[in-house]
Amino acid sequence: MSGVRVLVGTRKGAFVLTADGARSTWEVAGPFFPGLEVYHLKGSPAAPDRIYAAVSGAWFGQQIQRSDDGGRTWEPVGNEFAYATVPGTHQWYDGTAHPWEFARVWHLEPSRTDPDTVLAGVEDAALFRTVDGGHSWSEVPGLREHGSGPQWQPGAGGMCLHTILPDPVDENRMLVAISAAGVFRTDDGGKSWRAANRGLVSEGIPDPDAEVGHCVHKLALHPSRPETVYMQKHWDVMRSDDGGGSWYDIGGNLPTDFGFVVDVHAHEPETVYVIPITSDSEHFPPDGRLRVHRSRTGGGEWEPLTRGLPQEHCYVDVLRDALAVDGLDECGVYFGTTGGQVYASADAGDSWAPIVRDLPAVLSVEVQTLS
Amino acid sequence: MNGTGTTGTGTAEIRVKLPTHLRRLAGVDGEVRVEVTEPATLRAVLDAVEQLHPVLRGAIRDRGTQRRRAFVRFFACEEDLSHGSADDPLPEALRRGAEPLLVVGAMAGG
Repeated sequence: MSGVRVLVGTRKGAFVLTADGARSTWEVAGPFFPGLEVYHLKGSPAAPDRIYAAVSGAWFGQQIQRSDDGGRTWEPVGNEFAYATVPGTHQWYDGTAHPWEFARVWHLEPSRTDPDTVLAGVEDAALFRTVDGGHSWSEVPGLREHGSGPQWQPGAGGMCLHTILPDPVDENRMLVAISAAGVFRTDDGGKSWRAANRGLVSEGIPDPDAEVGHCVHKLALHPSRPETVYMQKHWDVMRSDDGGGSWYDIGGNLPTDFGFVVDVHAHEPETVYVIPITSDSEHFPPDGRLRVHRSRTGGGEWEPLTRGLPQEHCYVDVLRDALAVDGLDECGVYFGTTGGQVYASADAGDSWAPIVRDLPAVLSVEVQTLS
Repeated sequence: MNGTGTTGTGTAEIRVKLPTHLRRLAGVDGEVRVEVTEPATLRAVLDAVEQLHPVLRGAIRDRGTQRRRAFVRFFACEEDLSHGSADDPLPEALRRGAEPLLVVGAMAGG
C-alpha cells in the first residue's frame, strides 16, 4: 500500500512522520539528534530508505548523518567542507569585505539516479558534492569562480546556498539560489555558471535590477516543465518560462508578496503554492491568519486556503525549506511552522490538519512518497 | 586511581569526559581513555581522542588550524585550560588518572 514519509528538521532535532495513503493517521518518530539544529533532511529518489540529514550546532559544528533504513537508525558520515580554492571575500552586512567561512549545510539534494551522490548547499555560499555516500565532500568550485562573489552578501539568516534544482532530465543543468546573491545556472555540470536574475527588482540593494545581489528565498519547478520556474523572493513572487533566463511578477492579488516558500502541485504544473508573510520586518502571517495561497493559473490569480488552519492569533513563520508536496494521486501538501506545527493537506490544499503541534521550530519539511 | 594514569613506560592514560552531543556522535558511554606519551599535553590528548574517534574531527577543534572551536572549553582540576598553550604539560592529577579532562560546551542562555 502506498504511503508517505515526512522528514522534518527542527531547531532541536529531526522527526520522521509516516502515514498510509489516506494520510489521516500518523506515526511520529524522534527526536533524532536531540538538541541539535537539523536544517534539512532529504531521501534519495533512487533508494528511498537512504536519507541524508544536515545536523549542526554552534558548539560542535557540522555533522552529516545518513540512514539506510528509512530514518530508523543513523550513522555519521563525513563533515569536512573545505573550500577548494582561496575563499576570498564577500560583503558583510555593513558592506565591508568579509572572508568566506564555512558555517553549516543548509540543503541536501540527493541525485535522482545514484544514492551515493548528493549535492550540498552551504553557508558561506558554495556548492559541494559527494559521490561516496557522504563520506567525503568536494566543492563544485565554478560557482564561486563566477566572479561576482565580492558582491554577494548575507541575508538575515546568513549567506546561504539554500536551493538546488537539478534539471529533471539532464543532470548537467541546474539552478541554485543564494541569499543574497540570487539565482545561478549551469549547463555543464557545474563547471561554469551564469547569473539568472534578469527581471528581478530589489529595493534593498543600491542598483535594484543588478545582475546579482537579490535575496531569493526559494525556487520550485514541476518535473514535466523544467523551463518554468517559480520563485519566492524577499519581496515578490516571480516566474520564469525560460529556465531562469528572465523573470516576471506573478504576485497578482496576494495579500502580500513577501514570504519564504513556494512549491508546485505534483501533477498540475500550473498549480502553485505560497504562504504570504506580512513583511520583512514582521515575520508572521497578515492579520494573524495562517493562509496558504494557491494559484491554478501559474500565478497572478491566487485563492486563500484556510480550512483547518488557525484564522486568529497566529504569529508563526514558515521558513524557506518548510513546504513540500507528495506524489500521491490526490496531491498532499505539507508545511511546518516556527511554532512547531506541521500541517498536512491530503486534498491539494482544500483542507488542512496538524500532524503534530508542539515540535521545536520547524526548519524544513520534505516528503517521500512510498510505494 | 580508576586504574589509569602514568603507566611507567613513558606514557600516561588520560581520562576524557565528553559532553552529551559528542558522546552521542562518537557512540560512547562514559569516559574516553587515551594513552599518550609523557609529558602529556592537551594537543596530544585531543589528537588521540580524534584518532580513536575520527568522527569527532572538526567538532572540538578546527580541522585546519587546530584552534579550539569558539564555544568549546577544556576544564580540569577546577582550572580552565582553554586559553593556555596546547603544548603545555597537563596537570599532574590528570596524568596519573586522578582527574578527567572535561571537554565542555560553553554555557549559553536561552
